[in-house]
Amino acid sequence: MYKLTCLILLFCGFVISIQSCSNDSSGDVQEEKIPEQISYNFDIRPILSDKCFVCHGPDANKREAGLRLDVAESAFQALKENPAAHALVAGKPELSHAYLRMTTKDTSLLMPPPSSNLKLTAHEISLIDKWIRQGAKYEKHWAFVAPKKPALPEVDRTEWPKNEIDYFVLQKQEQKGMEPNEESDKERLLKRLSLDIVGLPPTLKMMDDFLADQNPKAYEKMVDQLLARPEYGEKMAIHWLDLARYADSHGYQDDGYRTQWPWRDWVIHAFNKNMHYNDFVTWQLAGDLIPNASKEQILATGFNRNHKITEEGGVIPEEYRIMYVTDRNDLFGKGLLGVTLECAHCHDHKYDPFSQKEYYQMFAFFNNVNEVGIESVIGGPETYAKRPLMEISNEDVKSILKFVNKADTNRLIVSVMGDLDSTRKTHVLNRGVYDAPGEEVQAGTPTSILPFNSKYPKNRLGLSKWLFDKKNPLTARVYVNILWQEFFGKGIVKTSGDFGMQGELPSHPALLDWLAVDFMEHNWDVKRLVKQMVTSATYRQSAVISKEKLARDPDNLLLARGSRYRLHAEFIKDLVLASSGLLNKTIGGPSVKPYQPAGLWEGATSGRGLLSVYNQDHGSNLYRRGMYTLIKRTVPPPTMGIFDASNRDLCEVKRAKTNTPLQALVMMNDPAVLEASRVLAASLLQEKNTQEEKIRKAFRLIVCRNPTEKELTLLTNYFDTQLKKMTDATAGKMTAVGEYPMTKNIDKKTLAALMRVVSTIYNLEETITKS
Amino acid sequence: MEKEILEHGFNFNRRRFLSSMSLGIGGVALGSLLMPDLFKSNGMQDDALAPGIPHFAPKAKRVIYLFQNGAPSQQELFDYKPKLRDLLGQEIPPSVRGSQRLTGMTANQASFPLVGSFVDFKQYGESRAWVSDLMPYTAKIVDDLCFVKSMYTEAINHDPALTFLQTGSQQGNRPSMGSWLSYGLGNENKNLPNFTVLLSRGVGNGQGVYSKLWSNGFLDSVHQGVQFSKGEDPVLYLRDPDGMDRTDRRDMLDNLSQLNELSYQEFGDPEITAKIKQYEMAYRMQTAVPEVMDLSRESDDIIKLYGPDCLVPGTYAANCLLARKLSENGVRFVQLYHQGWDQHGNLPYEITKQAKDVDQASAALVTDLKQRGLLDETLVIWGGEFGRTSYTQGKLTADNYGRDHHPRCFTIWMAGGGIKPGMVYGETDELGYNIASNPVHVHDFQATVLHQLGLDHEKLIFKHLGRRYRLTDVSGKVVKDILT
Repeated sequence: MYKLTCLILLFCGFVISIQSCSNDSSGDVQEEKIPEQISYNFDIRPILSDKCFVCHGPDANKREAGLRLDVAESAFQALKENPAAHALVAGKPELSHAYLRMTTKDTSLLMPPPSSNLKLTAHEISLIDKWIRQGAKYEKHWAFVAPKKPALPEVDRTEWPKNEIDYFVLQKQEQKGMEPNEESDKERLLKRLSLDIVGLPPTLKMMDDFLADQNPKAYEKMVDQLLARPEYGEKMAIHWLDLARYADSHGYQDDGYRTQWPWRDWVIHAFNKNMHYNDFVTWQLAGDLIPNASKEQILATGFNRNHKITEEGGVIPEEYRIMYVTDRNDLFGKGLLGVTLECAHCHDHKYDPFSQKEYYQMFAFFNNVNEVGIESVIGGPETYAKRPLMEISNEDVKSILKFVNKADTNRLIVSVMGDLDSTRKTHVLNRGVYDAPGEEVQAGTPTSILPFNSKYPKNRLGLSKWLFDKKNPLTARVYVNILWQEFFGKGIVKTSGDFGMQGELPSHPALLDWLAVDFMEHNWDVKRLVKQMVTSATYRQSAVISKEKLARDPDNLLLARGSRYRLHAEFIKDLVLASSGLLNKTIGGPSVKPYQPAGLWEGATSGRGLLSVYNQDHGSNLYRRGMYTLIKRTVPPPTMGIFDASNRDLCEVKRAKTNTPLQALVMMNDPAVLEASRVLAASLLQEKNTQEEKIRKAFRLIVCRNPTEKELTLLTNYFDTQLKKMTDATAGKMTAVGEYPMTKNIDKKTLAALMRVVSTIYNLEETITKS
Repeated sequence: MEKEILEHGFNFNRRRFLSSMSLGIGGVALGSLLMPDLFKSNGMQDDALAPGIPHFAPKAKRVIYLFQNGAPSQQELFDYKPKLRDLLGQEIPPSVRGSQRLTGMTANQASFPLVGSFVDFKQYGESRAWVSDLMPYTAKIVDDLCFVKSMYTEAINHDPALTFLQTGSQQGNRPSMGSWLSYGLGNENKNLPNFTVLLSRGVGNGQGVYSKLWSNGFLDSVHQGVQFSKGEDPVLYLRDPDGMDRTDRRDMLDNLSQLNELSYQEFGDPEITAKIKQYEMAYRMQTAVPEVMDLSRESDDIIKLYGPDCLVPGTYAANCLLARKLSENGVRFVQLYHQGWDQHGNLPYEITKQAKDVDQASAALVTDLKQRGLLDETLVIWGGEFGRTSYTQGKLTADNYGRDHHPRCFTIWMAGGGIKPGMVYGETDELGYNIASNPVHVHDFQATVLHQLGLDHEKLIFKHLGRRYRLTDVSGKVVKDILT
């Protein structure tokens, strides 16, 4: 049967491809038409970068024939090997030797050489041909030019936009002859909004109130109400914890426990008090260097100490110290600047204009920490943070660090930043190897992004000023894009960690620039930006995918429908706990150990340290939000990993969104989901109403909307058949799941039958999807 | 049903089509023959689909990797160095040591006295390969094996060295070898995960294993290694809850798919139909996995071959038998890890135990595959992450010593899958410290494994954040001399 299915699907694929070809003339977004005016940034550079720059680009050591195609001067110069000829001659492809080599039939001359496994398509060659005919004009890479606020575009359907975002989105749609979807129905919109802002499903009361509220401003009111809730900080923290590779263990070999969680509590707190992005990041990068730094500012610098730290006896300390500095530097590149700086660790960058020297100039900012490669091997509480560290006293949590949820009186230490009094010399490391120092360098930044202002101090504080310099072309764009990805499922630049030449081009460049400049103009106000996004008409569209739109725009690049995405791992857990009434709303504190299949830690451990054995928690700690599940890096929590959570090894700015059979097994059989089903069923059975009403309520709590008649009939019939065949023995076994106390005086058979219904509702695709 | 699938097919876009099928390149190559435009305008797949993949006829279809975690000492197992016994207690000449960096465990050691193997070696088979008395079963099958005595690596500590061997990079976050093969070759069996991991542990000094070793890195998570463990839930969350039998589950799934189908009718999102299919696959796995894990139907001869431990779940022997069954059922890559080989001290005692754990079952696996006619198409690999020093770590006494990590040479063996049987490749010097001939770098080894599976390591690439990644990073040469 499966083979047959494959064949049928292959056949279907065949049909789709025919369909998409025939759609070309009607404006398929992936059409391969040659534009009237060729843009270097949008049409040509992606080709040259991908296929030519490895040998004819920024990397001086790998450059062939002395030719660079990434800078105009070199491309137009006489060729070193043949001074009578030029790689490019404006207007004349037939005289441009680069073009001739790309199109020759002689494979010994062909570029790229066949041995590179790279090949230009006919379409790419036509683009290059036309570009040369039009004068072969070079442009600076779009992302390295500071954004300017564009004017709002003209649109035909002027009644549709609700705010500025919509003008940019609608204009693109109108150009392609597409129309936006209707606004989503209120129930689904509320679910989407609630999950996006607080990471929790709406309560019944919220649903009722919102459905009843006929005020035209009802939606905006709901947005404000949600933004003010403390769970907002928890929700927003997740993407930042991924970026900052936060975890509860040191990583590497023995993977011992660490107490870095007060830093995580600070992140939640910072989002909740709507700390503006510039301050938020400056404190984390350089809180310790701010004059008269407060304890809170120092705690924020834990950011740069979340990286893995070895406790493996026998390592060479300097090798690891260099790794820590490298990790910080790479995070700065990927997470804050959105460039793959890490590629210049061993050699000049092959695509982007960053030299290896510049990599180490940036490295110098992070190279002065008063730390060692290995401070201690695995041990007791004194190893839970590594120097430099700060101690958080009980006095602190009563006064200046109130947001740190410290429940006991034990000594609490957190790794933070702190520099040496003297300056540690920084050298280029040949091939990136720790013991092969080359030329000495001073702290600095890549000039292609923005030269370092000489007025700034040459330390991390100065680096923060550079990062938030209005002329920095990347910082605002990159963060705006990360948030866009949070709320719309994918970034305006899909490669959210790579805005360089090899990254994807923005789907809506003008919108990205408008948002970035607007964000800066409003002093990097994060809550304001979130509100802008979720109140746009673009966001509020229904997620229905018509066949026509699916065929024309399968990836929803034009945003002519609402995004439809599976929830992040943590929020799946939250949804299950919140809808069943089990959720423990405590914010912050040490991470917890909920149910986990036996033997996972024990089977993969060296046998040393606090985390070699999984001692599961009990009571209310079982019902904490997903973000508080303890992350042991070498064996991360299994249900989280199955749903694509980051393993927090390195900075991560984009999670995969997969759909696998293991996910189905979790939803069907994870005791946490089964327990929630049992507890919710029991509480429904306490109510004096009909079976149908109970099922309706369960459906509303979990799917966050009223079921249709069909759905309700299906589920009610399912309940009836289950109840009919349920025996006492089966019911006893079914309901004996989880540690939450069993409700007394309930008929177990009815409970078990209803529990199966509830569990089925948890397994619906729509349940764990924002739609 | 067929109509429904047809409907869904129309609505599939390329990526979902691929990931839901998890066909990999083999299937994709077929797909792109049928529909040349299927992958247009999608850089990601374009790259993985460099022309002509699979690049050539594969010699092997599947891999079983018996990883000896912690680094077994080659001097006591396969790399016979009588000279070390003669030089017992003498300092290793600085000219031999060269500039080799040392781990923090021996860097401050005042002297580096050489020590020979406490156990004797003999030659076996037609190939006259040397094997120590610790490996009597392996000794009997040397004519099926190819020993590579000249492996070397770059890392000197466990974590980076393991990660390097498995992912081609010391830092992690890249796909494991099994993920690459799953990605490159796709599934043979739709009811079992394509890349499975089995863990066991001996009594010797142990080092942890990490899930990053079987990570899919930036590849789709369908290529992630799935750990099979002992006990009632061999795959996480596989077992239905108590009180729920197969009919109950079928009832639930029938209702569920009807409800999901209603949702599909409303939204038209292909993810919904993909979800329905994933639930069906999960349902089939629930039957297929326990079937394959069930060792009760193995004959007495087989039990005898692998040794009595093979009936004890979670032992190395049980995992070897299970590996054969999984592989036989089409699992592309079966990865075993046996912990406990890190003999910094107390080496004679510990390594004897460790060798006893693995010797019989490793040899049995090769023999078993051979008698089933599967060895030709299955590549079996045995080895650790680096070697151990020729000098002692810590105190040298008459009957006790230890050995530190050594990246410059170590021994692995391979069998089947188009690797020359009865061969010894590469040599170390008479002190067993440096390679004397035919060095094989970790990337060379990886390139060779991929080659045997029909994949060119320079063409099996995946573009991620602007860079084209390969298992072999930027180097690696296929070791042609050891191929049949």
